[in-house]
Amino acid sequence: MEELIANAEATQEECCGFLLGVDNGIRIITHVVPATNIAPSDRHSRFQIDPLEYLHAEKWAIKNELTLLGIYHSHPGSPALPSETDRKNAQPYFSYVIVSAIKQRFSEIRSWQLNLEHQFEEEIVMLEVTTPVNTNNAIIKKT
Amino acid sequence: MATVFIPTPLRKFTNHTSKVEVPGGTVMEVIQTLTSTYPPLQRHLINADGKVPSFINIFVDDDDIRNLQQEQTPVKSNTIVSIVPAIAGGLK
Repeated sequence: MEELIANAEATQEECCGFLLGVDNGIRIITHVVPATNIAPSDRHSRFQIDPLEYLHAEKWAIKNELTLLGIYHSHPGSPALPSETDRKNAQPYFSYVIVSAIKQRFSEIRSWQLNLEHQFEEEIVMLEVTTPVNTNNAIIKKT
Repeated sequence: MATVFIPTPLRKFTNHTSKVEVPGGTVMEVIQTLTSTYPPLQRHLINADGKVPSFINIFVDDDDIRNLQQEQTPVKSNTIVSIVPAIAGGLK
C-alpha cells in the first residue's frame, strides 16, 4: 500500500498503474506496476494508459503466474469515489483502486468493481505488496 | 493460424484462455472468426459498423493496426494479434 500512497502523493496529476496478484475468491494484490499517464491534456483530472504498457503488464502477469487484477489511479483533491468517466471507461472483472490525496497527502483508498449492470460496487481487496516492479522484467529493489 | 492474445477482462468468454489459435488472412477475418467461435465477444470487438470499436486497440505483434492497414492488416501464420482494451478515466 505504501507504493500506491507514494505514487499518489508524488504528483498533483492523476497517477495510474496496474495491480497484479491472485484471485482465489478474494483478491490479493501482491504487485503494483506504475504506468505513465498519457492523457493528452488535463492530467490533473484525467488518466490514460498506453496500450503497449497494458500489453506488457498482461504478459508479465502470465510469465510470473499472476493475474492482472485491475487498475489503480489517484484523485488529487477529491474522494476515492469513481466518477462517471471512471465508470464509462471501466472494464468488467477488474478491480479499480482509487487513491485520494488532498494537497498531496494521502486521504483514503477504496476499491471498486463493475457489476452486471455496469455500475460500480465497492469491494474488499487485500494489499500484500512486497516488491515494486516494472514490466521490463526487472525487479526494483525496495528502498 | 494466428495467435490471438485475449486480455483478462474478456477471458471469461474464452473459457479463461489467454491465447486462442484463429485462422484468417487479415485482422478482420481473425476477429470475425474469433467472435464466431466465442459469440459473447462480438459486442466487445465488433461495432454496428462492422469495425473494431475505438475503445479496443489491436496490435499485430508490437504494431498498432491504426499505424498499419487497420482491420485489413495482413496476418501470417506466426502473427500474434493482441486485443488491448483502452484504459482511461479520471475525475472529469
